[in-house]
Amino acid sequence: MSIHPVMQRLADKLQRTDLPAFAAGDTIRVQVKIKEGEKERLQAFEGVVIAIKKGPQGSFTVRKMSFGQGVERIFPYNSKVVDKVEKVRSARVRRAKLFYLRGLRGKAARLKEVERS
Amino acid sequence: MAVVGILGKKIGMTQLFDDKGDVHPITVLQAGPCVITQLKTLARDGYEAAQIGLVEFVKSSKVNKPMAGHFAKSNVPPVKLVREVTFEPSAPAGDGEAETAIKAGDKVLVDIFSQTKYVDVIGTSKGRGFAGVVRRHGFGGGPKSHGHMFQVQGSIGASSFPSRVFPGQRMPGHFGVDRITVRNLRIRGIDLEENLLMVEGAVPGPKDGYVLISKSKAPPRERRGFGGSGTVDPLKASKKASSKKK
Repeated sequence: MSIHPVMQRLADKLQRTDLPAFAAGDTIRVQVKIKEGEKERLQAFEGVVIAIKKGPQGSFTVRKMSFGQGVERIFPYNSKVVDKVEKVRSARVRRAKLFYLRGLRGKAARLKEVERS
Repeated sequence: MAVVGILGKKIGMTQLFDDKGDVHPITVLQAGPCVITQLKTLARDGYEAAQIGLVEFVKSSKVNKPMAGHFAKSNVPPVKLVREVTFEPSAPAGDGEAETAIKAGDKVLVDIFSQTKYVDVIGTSKGRGFAGVVRRHGFGGGPKSHGHMFQVQGSIGASSFPSRVFPGQRMPGHFGVDRITVRNLRIRGIDLEENLLMVEGAVPGPKDGYVLISKSKAPPRERRGFGGSGTVDPLKASKKASSKKK
């Protein structure tokens, strides 16, 4: 079913445009806003993008290894928690969802790096 | 004096992030534009109300002659849907000049909700056809296995006394396509250009279903933190401040 034209216009209006383009396989650094009492600070979450959900309620999933433990965070594109996204490096992947990385660790979980702007 | 309601259409649902970063489920409603097709007056009709119609494209062959004459009387375009809404109690007299009176042919736009926090929405719920008791009335249903039926209703009363089924016994039947009112949906956004109203929560009916949106009849009581941190109970705020000093 196609999206209602009014909803499409509304989604375009609400969509944030300040995030750089990135794709599955890219390693990105997400600056996450964290509230501590009254103060707000930024914390980086750096990892591989393993899934991107498109659409007006889209989100992306970032996976990283933290002290040998796999950690994944799902960020909605329009979330106010996401302050900034920096692209660290790109890699060549052959599928859109990299859930197979969950079963791999160490050397096996490497991705072949490519230059992409 | 202004009308309290507006006709509209349900467009769909999405989500919205507020300033705090919390996400809210919202329903997007196309609210208006409407025109006042007739004014009901105390003298003539016995009550005060405005008859409003939702302005949309209507084929001229779809308007019958009595309605065409009715619209021509107040010089408004033909509309499909017409409903009556009441007026807001006018502001106490004495604040400057009298407010401009409403007359037939006036437009009603979403901006009537610009000062409002909550709305009631009336819609027609989705039709479910002939539905059983589990779906229609939320009965528990039976065990799913061990040779039982699943969604039967069981007993509908005792035997020789009273020898009848009491009125009001909930049974299978037609479900849906009812007029449903949802009260106190918080307004999360207004788009004056596109005539959109965004309310938090679900609204009865299918997409493109007609709804009547009106200012909340009984909005939630104003409490601490109502409408954001700006409205803090002054008494409690002063107590908090004094306790901090100690």
